Amino acid sequence: MVGLLLVCHSPEMARGLMALVSQVAGDIPLAAVGGTADGRLGTDPMAVVAAIDQIWSEDGVLVLVDLGSSVMATETALELLTPARAERVQLTGAPFVEGAIAAGIEAKIGRPLARVRAAAEEALNQPKF
Amino acid sequence: MDSQGVAAIIRQMAAVIRREREYLTELDAAIGDADHGHNMAKGFEAVEDKVLSAPDPDVGKLLQQVGMTLVSTVGGASGPLYGTAFIRAGAQLAGRQQVEMADLPRLFEAAIAGIQQRGRAVRGEKTMLDALMPAHEALASAVSEGLAPGECLERAAAAAEDGVAYTRSIKATKGRASYLGERSIGHQDPGATSSALLIRAIEQTLAGR
Repeated sequence: MVGLLLVCHSPEMARGLMALVSQVAGDIPLAAVGGTADGRLGTDPMAVVAAIDQIWSEDGVLVLVDLGSSVMATETALELLTPARAERVQLTGAPFVEGAIAAGIEAKIGRPLARVRAAAEEALNQPKF
Repeated sequence: MDSQGVAAIIRQMAAVIRREREYLTELDAAIGDADHGHNMAKGFEAVEDKVLSAPDPDVGKLLQQVGMTLVSTVGGASGPLYGTAFIRAGAQLAGRQQVEMADLPRLFEAAIAGIQQRGRAVRGEKTMLDALMPAHEALASAVSEGLAPGECLERAAAAAEDGVAYTRSIKATKGRASYLGERSIGHQDPGATSSALLIRAIEQTLAGR
């Protein structure tokens, strides 16, 4: 089952979105990181590496981000993984909330990484109303 | 210069960042998220504690350790950006115990390439590149002219400071400041400012100041 990692600037945002995704995605491999090790708002590439380790499987991991330095933190983290593992981790620019929900549902029904990612990115074209 | 010499430069960088912490944060409060000075100070504090207390004699490893520490402790975009810069510069010096003036332009080039890749930015977008790229050009031509190390660094630092002044006249199209669009014009970029401070710190250390 594809894992989902949510990377953002705030621990509250991370926990909140993770709870929201769990509601629809049940017990998929799911992790969320936000904030720095010493409790400031921000992003921590080492926390991203640790979270990928935690939810890792050969099916791979899709990473969704809030904005700005979350992208850089994730890309930095990917360079710290073994190449074999980095190949199976994909970063998407999909909408953070809607994308995470859509990806969570796809992951839950056992779709492969490419399909889970596509579902997250399709959320970009779905207006809120 | 050996690893102790490089450590002295990084220590001076840490001191300059600590001194200008509030100034950098004020600049960031105007157009960003008001944390640049604090984030940089946190990062360099960790570098002093973890890396400079016992500097690795391999100068390449030393720079890479500085980079990894910044990556994991800064917290904002400047962590991956400056961290990648130091890691890429360090990779140029793998296995070396000495760094020469002639190496310096190549280190800047590798650092800048890392920042460009990480930030997907080019010159003229109101970022640290607007200080670093002119500094690299000034440094490369001063080194090729065979000028004294102090003069090479003086020219690099002056070019970086001109680049900082230039960021006031342009619009931000990268980073948090880009959300302000035209309203970012007139403000000085905090990342360019910290870049110029770091280059000035190299110059100060070489000049024994």
